[in-house]
Amino acid sequence: MCRVCGCSDAAGGSVPAGQPLQPVRTHAAELDTARMVKIEQEILGKNDRYAQHNRSLLAEQGIFCVNLMSGPGAGKTSLLVKTLNDLKAEIKFAVIEGDQETSRDADRIRATGVVAVQLNTGKGCHLDAHMVGHGIESLAPLPNSTLLIENVGNLVCPAGFDLGEQHRVAILSVTEGDDKPLKYPDMFAFADLLLLNKIDLLPYVEFDVEQCVENVRRINPAIVVMQVSATTGSGMEQWYDWLRTHQHAATDERN
Amino acid sequence: MHEMSLCESILQVIEDEARLQSFHKVVEVHLAIGTLAGVEVDALKFSFDVVVQHSLAQDAELCIQMVPATGLCPSCGQQCAVENRYDPCLNCGSFGLQITNGDQMRITHLEVQ
Repeated sequence: MCRVCGCSDAAGGSVPAGQPLQPVRTHAAELDTARMVKIEQEILGKNDRYAQHNRSLLAEQGIFCVNLMSGPGAGKTSLLVKTLNDLKAEIKFAVIEGDQETSRDADRIRATGVVAVQLNTGKGCHLDAHMVGHGIESLAPLPNSTLLIENVGNLVCPAGFDLGEQHRVAILSVTEGDDKPLKYPDMFAFADLLLLNKIDLLPYVEFDVEQCVENVRRINPAIVVMQVSATTGSGMEQWYDWLRTHQHAATDERN
Repeated sequence: MHEMSLCESILQVIEDEARLQSFHKVVEVHLAIGTLAGVEVDALKFSFDVVVQHSLAQDAELCIQMVPATGLCPSCGQQCAVENRYDPCLNCGSFGLQITNGDQMRITHLEVQ
């Protein structure tokens, strides 16, 4: 039982919404020295401040930053490797790789010749803006470049953490399920672009593309959807055009 | 899964406030959590007890006010209650409700000694 509000265990320890706050001494006489202090702070306020700092720092240098999010195995790293190999002559890239353990993904990125830093989150299930700030510091991405952040493979937690990116890209593969957007809506609610990956496997899996797009648009009507295959290269050109357009815009804004 | 990091953030805010507002022990921590904030209340309570061990908030009670979600319909301009992000507007049936309340994760106040 909560001593301030008297909320009961029957309500799962929660206070009903809209209930006014009572001065503590009216019903907590046993705590003579107790006082109530107002806080009114966002729990993730500190993360949001770090994110804002990252965002300003990147914008000042004309760096376009994308936060790529997906469940494990959607093909994020393969898609990045293909993208870097195809565009590295044209766009300067830097990559931040987030994983709980190992530097395997950063190693794959570095093999393309692009600079990469691996952030291991340990017990954490997502990257946060503070870690990314240190990642940016150690990478020192060049002005007018594109910074790609591959978040930890997880459809739930990364959605809640602003990293200071300009755009969020969700990646979903056709081997997952066309109802994923409904089951994990937060990831798709805040993404600007959905890359529907592994479309070369469509003949072999039960995945209704139209249904998937309808599901994701129920949550986010403005989201852009592109069907791609990092393996065959199909549809990748539209993703490259999206990257080019935003990189040029970031550079123009700086100048 | 990210409830542990939320609790670490809560403790940081409490420790910062303890310096600013001169208190040494926290008895209750009051949060306002939106129903669309993606927070599992039971996981949050479990994580909180683990995270605050040996801190000034050890043994503090976590009191959570759940805030129901509302959305603004871009088609008809009406506000309505929202249970899930993929819900249609209750007035006209359109999708794409813009969430106007119920996605917050906020520390509202503390009871301290």
